[in-house]
Amino acid sequence: MTVFGRRPALVLDDDPATRFLPWIVALTVFFATLAVAGALVLDGASGRWRGDDRGSLTVELPAGAPVEAALAVVLETTGVVGARALDRGELLALIEPWLPAAAFPADLPLPRLLDVTVDDLVGVDVAALGRRLAAAVPGARIDDSALERRRLRRAARALEAIALLVIAVTAATAVGVVVVATRSSLAVHHETIELLHLIGASDGFVATSFAREALGKGLRGGLLGLVPAAAALVVARHFTAAVTLPMLPRLDFSVEAMVLIAALPLVAAALAMLTARLTVLRALARLS
Amino acid sequence: MRYGAGPQVLDDISFTLEPASFHYLAGPSGAGKSSLLRLLYLGHRPSSGRMTMFGHDIGALPRRALPALRRRIGVVFQDFRLIDHLTVFDNVALPLRIRGARERRIAENVGELLAWVGLGGRLHDYPPTLSGGEKQRAAIARAVIVRPRLLLADEPTGSVDPEAGDRLVRLFDELNRIGTTVLIATHMAHLAARSGHPVLYLEGGRLGAPRRYGAVAV
Repeated sequence: MTVFGRRPALVLDDDPATRFLPWIVALTVFFATLAVAGALVLDGASGRWRGDDRGSLTVELPAGAPVEAALAVVLETTGVVGARALDRGELLALIEPWLPAAAFPADLPLPRLLDVTVDDLVGVDVAALGRRLAAAVPGARIDDSALERRRLRRAARALEAIALLVIAVTAATAVGVVVVATRSSLAVHHETIELLHLIGASDGFVATSFAREALGKGLRGGLLGLVPAAAALVVARHFTAAVTLPMLPRLDFSVEAMVLIAALPLVAAALAMLTARLTVLRALARLS
Repeated sequence: MRYGAGPQVLDDISFTLEPASFHYLAGPSGAGKSSLLRLLYLGHRPSSGRMTMFGHDIGALPRRALPALRRRIGVVFQDFRLIDHLTVFDNVALPLRIRGARERRIAENVGELLAWVGLGGRLHDYPPTLSGGEKQRAAIARAVIVRPRLLLADEPTGSVDPEAGDRLVRLFDELNRIGTTVLIATHMAHLAARSGHPVLYLEGGRLGAPRRYGAVAV
């Protein structure tokens, strides 16, 4: 790499030890971009699932079951702030996507649903409520959607942790590769380095040459990795945009998230630069 | 002094180079001249004994303090040690760049010095394209560009014709006159004898009796 129109004293550009560095950084940034994007998507979905969880339960009663008795049991439960039975029109609206109301026989009995509002701060002992309901109204069943959302959130957190682990492992691999490449390069250029020392160069001067080279290669590699990763995300977004399942995480990124993703090549290059510099300084400090 | 676990290459060496003095270091090949120079340009630490330079005990000096001392020393290596991928100009400019000099000053000083040593027309050529004499002149220019307080030269006139050799010796004399301490290692005893400067004579890794003591104490 030529700096300010002249060649640096240490030319590491054509160095076989560091030639593959951009590709390693590219792979690192590629995987890190996908992992960061995945973590951001899951984090957003997790937040949404938490937001949707406004403390509600659904009680299912068999057709013909005593609705008032069930309501009484529900309403006297600690943590319940309200409950109402859905009327036939609302029930038909719920099954409309699968069975048009017009085609539904008017005399066909429907199971009843109670929409129960729960005080989030107090909470409800769902198991105890289920037992009391079953005793009062045989066949009654509680559909605790909040429980499902909690499970989803737990799964999302686990996946986020895996994504962070992927980022950490790829970064550690890249750091290891930079260390090995830098040490090899030091061995290749030991004569020039010795000469630089003898004419007054400090370890910092030598380390700066390596760090600058690692920064350049890191930036090149970072962009090489970011472009295909960004393309993959755009393609994935295109195909998932048509899916309307409400629980499905959405591949929408905020401006902050996009800035974070775009900064990954810079972070990778800075990491490569710092690693190269510290490796050189440590290696030179061992010399007598 | 010894290299690693190898045999003693310098033994019982004791001398002083006074500031602004000029000495030759003579002796047959293998006598230890290059090893002694290596000690002096701080390329190797003494394995025993005491060596003091510019008021510092070299054996006790931390590594981080070495660059500052080395910047006071100019070295002309026997094998030139020019960097092949740098132009003649950039090779000579390197000590200035290491010291953080401004490019304008570098351009002026390096251009002037290279013209003086007869390489004004080869500023942008690379060392592999130079003759032995040209490489030597470039190496000398690199050593003196920073006006060192101590100039060490290992066979500096070995690859040049007698006329160019005389010209280089005049350059060393000039530097010496303005206060640079000069030590030139040579196997050509007649060159040293003709100069009239004191000669340190090295044989078998030991200093013999000097031809003329001048400021040198053995």
